[in-house]
Amino acid sequence: MMKRLFPSLRLSAALLLAWLLLNQSVEPAHLLLGAFLAVATPLLTRSLQPLPHARIRRPLLLVRLLFTSLLEIIRSCFNVSRIILFTRPEGVNSQFIRIPLDLRNPYGLALLSCIINTTPGTVWAEILPGTNDLALHVFDLHDAQWWVDTIKSVYERPLIEIFEG
Amino acid sequence: MTGAENLPAWAAVPVIFLLVLGGGIALIGAIGLMRLPSFYQRIHGPAITVTLGAGCILIASMIHFTALQSRPVIHELLITVFVLMTAPVVSMLIMRAAVYRDLRAQKNTFSAGPDDVYRLPPEEKD
Repeated sequence: MMKRLFPSLRLSAALLLAWLLLNQSVEPAHLLLGAFLAVATPLLTRSLQPLPHARIRRPLLLVRLLFTSLLEIIRSCFNVSRIILFTRPEGVNSQFIRIPLDLRNPYGLALLSCIINTTPGTVWAEILPGTNDLALHVFDLHDAQWWVDTIKSVYERPLIEIFEG
Repeated sequence: MTGAENLPAWAAVPVIFLLVLGGGIALIGAIGLMRLPSFYQRIHGPAITVTLGAGCILIASMIHFTALQSRPVIHELLITVFVLMTAPVVSMLIMRAAVYRDLRAQKNTFSAGPDDVYRLPPEEKD
């Protein structure tokens, strides 16, 4: 019964929180309407959901991963700014590189693509058809092996533990 | 009159710093969009605008209105969440559209070898 009413407690909690933030209020009326939306929206959109809800096995590791990514994003921002301002455009070595992935969980891949695309200087192109290799575009490539090692150890290994562990 | 002149100094200093930093980052992103020669490089310019540029301005907005209205104003967090959920999807779609456009332009070597990623035509320098 609980499972039928609340397909995902986390999703419901996030919707309620978003509603309260939008209205900037914790009055009972907003709480009530927010709670109604938090219950109704997952039920109404269940048929749009192609996969079962993700199971996060290591929430603390997820928080730590997001924090690491945040630091990495800020660092990359300054790197990309420096290249734009001070490097001649002909000197920028933009390349596609290929990174073999072990991660197969769709939620893990989605989160990995979001982290990589949010980090300035790298854009996820696609998982190459017929393989589990990621095609990654790097703004200024010096050492392809360094990128492979970094992505696999900093991002992929924690994601495997979080979603597949 | 927006009430900005009533902002206490302890809030004004970080707000000014963050607004200048965020504006500068957004400007650098725009310069990158203008200066970089090929499409695959230009796609990296706006990335710094949507992350650090937008982030600084949103934090500045939170501090500014929290100090001005004497209550926590944090609904900017929602903008952050929505930007971080949508911007990566857009850049991925644009990137794939460009890659497949370029691959279709040269039908002979459509498939890449096991070592290289895509065999793209030499980039036009415009």
